[in-house]
Amino acid sequence: MNTYLHTVDSDWYRQRVAGALICILAAFLILLVRLFYLQIIEGPEFRRQSQNNCVRLQGIPPARGLIFDRDGVLLVENRPSFNVSIVPREAKNPRRVVQKLVDLLNIVPETLFARLAEARGVHSFRPVLLKRDVSRDVVAIIEAYKLDLPGIVITVEPMRHYVEGKRASHLLGYLGEISSEELKSGCFADNRIGDFIGKFGVEKAYELYFHGKRGEQQIEVNALGQLTRVLRTEEAIPGKNFYLALDIALQRKAEALLSGKVGTAVAMDPSNGHILAMASCPAFDPNAFAEGMTYESWNDLASNQFRPMENKAIQGQYPPGSTFKIVTAIAGLEEGVITEHTRLFCPGYYRYGNRTFRCWKRGGHGFMDITDALAQSCDVFFYQVGEKLGVDRLARYAEACGLGSPTGVDLDKEAKGLVPTSGWKLSRMGVPWQGGETLSVAIGQGFDLVTPIQMLSLISAVANGGTLYKPLVVSRIESSDGSLVKKEVPVPLGGLPASEETLQIISGGLRDAVNKPTGTAWIARISGVDVVGKTGTAQVVRMEKDNKEISIENIRLQHRDHAWFIAFAPAEEPRVAVAVLVEHGGHGSTEAGPIAREMIKTYLGIEGLRN
Amino acid sequence: MIDRRLLEHFDWVLLGLTFVLGGIGLLTLYSAATANVDIAGVRGLVHLKQSYWLAIGTGAMILLALFSYRWLNRLALPIYCCSIGLLVAVLFVGKEVSGSQRWLVLGPVSFQPSEVMKISLAIILARYFSDSVSERGLSLRELWKPLIWTLIPFALIVKQPDLGTSLILFLIAGTMTIFVKIERRSLLCLTAAGIAGSVVAWFFLKEYQKQRILAFLDPQGDPLGAGYHIIQSKIAVGSGLLFGKGFLKGTQNALSFLPEQHTDFIFSVLAEEWGFLGAAVVISLYMLVVVWGFSIAVRSKEPFGTILAVGLTSMIFWQAFINLAMALALLPVVGVTLPLISYGGSSVLVTMGAIGILLNISMRRFLFKE
Repeated sequence: MNTYLHTVDSDWYRQRVAGALICILAAFLILLVRLFYLQIIEGPEFRRQSQNNCVRLQGIPPARGLIFDRDGVLLVENRPSFNVSIVPREAKNPRRVVQKLVDLLNIVPETLFARLAEARGVHSFRPVLLKRDVSRDVVAIIEAYKLDLPGIVITVEPMRHYVEGKRASHLLGYLGEISSEELKSGCFADNRIGDFIGKFGVEKAYELYFHGKRGEQQIEVNALGQLTRVLRTEEAIPGKNFYLALDIALQRKAEALLSGKVGTAVAMDPSNGHILAMASCPAFDPNAFAEGMTYESWNDLASNQFRPMENKAIQGQYPPGSTFKIVTAIAGLEEGVITEHTRLFCPGYYRYGNRTFRCWKRGGHGFMDITDALAQSCDVFFYQVGEKLGVDRLARYAEACGLGSPTGVDLDKEAKGLVPTSGWKLSRMGVPWQGGETLSVAIGQGFDLVTPIQMLSLISAVANGGTLYKPLVVSRIESSDGSLVKKEVPVPLGGLPASEETLQIISGGLRDAVNKPTGTAWIARISGVDVVGKTGTAQVVRMEKDNKEISIENIRLQHRDHAWFIAFAPAEEPRVAVAVLVEHGGHGSTEAGPIAREMIKTYLGIEGLRN
Repeated sequence: MIDRRLLEHFDWVLLGLTFVLGGIGLLTLYSAATANVDIAGVRGLVHLKQSYWLAIGTGAMILLALFSYRWLNRLALPIYCCSIGLLVAVLFVGKEVSGSQRWLVLGPVSFQPSEVMKISLAIILARYFSDSVSERGLSLRELWKPLIWTLIPFALIVKQPDLGTSLILFLIAGTMTIFVKIERRSLLCLTAAGIAGSVVAWFFLKEYQKQRILAFLDPQGDPLGAGYHIIQSKIAVGSGLLFGKGFLKGTQNALSFLPEQHTDFIFSVLAEEWGFLGAAVVISLYMLVVVWGFSIAVRSKEPFGTILAVGLTSMIFWQAFINLAMALALLPVVGVTLPLISYGGSSVLVTMGAIGILLNISMRRFLFKE
């Protein structure tokens, strides 16, 4: 107490408190004056506002970015759609109003009531979407019965429209309503319940660019829910527009060629990795998703045995068949197992231990060097190269060629394929690697699995002198006023593990495959242009031991081989590379070859020179 | 332990004011809950929960009035350290609600340590200032300790992030410091340092934190977020006119303009239904509580009690003032609750705890003779 008495006394405190009290009384006085101003002076105006109307917050969805092909052909746009919503607070009894709507429009009531039930717990002044994209007739009926339908509002919202329907649907993707998990994830901060976001393809991969930024409006509405005044508007910022690398003419051609088949055809510009076409058949209609799909139609799509929802170019994993011989050839030449001049004999079969491995050509090819072996796809030649290499050395080359890992294409759900090694087999199956399996792997019939886009990257790299590019679907992104947002530049992922000479030898062999009558891909030749290509026939099931030739028509569809063809053209100055896979198509040259040939002709603009 | 004189000097006025405000809060919350009916017709239950909290708060209030508040002087540092410990714990194990991590969950209840921090800070500052107070005012050399005590919890709460509570913390410390008087030179230095510090801190903030602060300083920059609430609040308050629309008859309230209508904007609901008369009474009641708190400070015969009473009263004052000014659209929207009326367990407990300490100081004013 002593220090206290020595420093300050209670009078001093009294003064300090008095000072504080003056400040505080002033503060409360300000509050009271403000209260008086709001309630007594401005009060009647606020009372009018609160009685005759209510202020509603209305989101303005941003227009989603458009998608064009490389030359500016419009592929995806937005069209107006009329949506029917209900504002529960204004409806008083929402269930009765919805029932009236059901009676008037003669529609299935369950979905509408389900929508209403979902909105439980949401504030009652927020509109609840009942039905999307109703026809103009329905709009007319609702307007006519407006007085009987309190709380029902019709809003116009942009709806995604895929101009050519199923065209390039796997690449473009589709939209779906945002799920509650996605909303909670925090990745879609600008989205609301009921918004549509990209669920597949480019639409999904670039969702944040497509979305733009939501705007909002404060509006005053009267008791009928009609707009009386806009108090404040913050415009939405439209999403970004996309120019794809896609050449829509080539895409149309590819889809036409594939129609009725199950498979995929992909084309790339070997100089930069641009995806010029990506067709996967069968396809789906993305418009159906935007319009809101029924459970049944979704089920039909999902359970279809030909998997229309799968982008076979990047999700489909297939044994590479003879196209893998490119990898075996690179490994053999680079490891010095063979040289350009090494000649091996093919009697039509190869004995390994007590097993016999057959060449596709029963009578044998005779003596072959690497160029002939590639051109005529001699199995026995590559059995021997593979045997000398061993599976693990071969696997190293396969991985360096981009197999066994995703190419990194800017689409999601890309599969990575499989490059088997002895270690992989031991840990996966608990059985050591068998020497004979190396022989199968060397001709692409073993455990290997590749995706068509991996093979496309590989053949593109052979074409451009050895550079593996990341496949690019998008070429550039622009904002709605046309200013450049992002330009995708070619991304080299690495080089093929092959010297220039090795690539020359391989290109030579593949050129002969197409351009010599003895070549396996003779069917794909184009007069005036040198096409370089490799066929492949990927076994789905091992044929029975007996060597009788069975005609394709006599084999059950699921047991027929997959047909491969990978190629580029022109040989001297490659402008386009293609990879074609036809599921259960039988032989690579007859099924896949012509598709690749016609695509190359279309792209190089030499339609009609032959045929 | 209970001296008869203590009961004789019990501060019935402050207790009465507390219960009146709590009661008004319950009525208003009932109205807000009634309006907050969702489509399924389920009414909110906030008023029921709030009545439990008020009961628990009364317990806390009595508890804090029982023992001599001078124990708080002795235990100031441990109390402060515990509160800091809780704030640190929140950063690691706190529950995140809508983007900020403020809550500690203990079984069925969760509370905000940042609320407790307000009282702990007032106690430790009162202890320090009661030793160092002098007529010439505090010098810079004497101020660095309280500055650090304030900055540590301030930074921890900004990190949650909870700008409203950290602002209140800063205002409590500032009020107490200026109350005990500081040298003019120190005041100028501190102001300059504060400005320089905020400029430097700006560059260390994350983008979203900058956005929050910008929106806080300039609500027009976010017209459809904060601005929407302000318009709605003005319409609600203004449409109350002189007598209000009547209990449970508020239409703006029923419009559910905000999920925060039972916390940050509870006063708008009240002003709409009870009009200028009702709202002015509530404002006057807060004024009475604050004036009464200061009179307790003056009547206490020893400096710790005086300064602590000023600190706790300033806490109630700033919360009430900022919340009311926000509802009346005088200040930007910032999450600060209205003491005793807003819904919220931590807020009710801490306000009633602070009042308990005020009662404590008040009834022991005769134990220390000059």
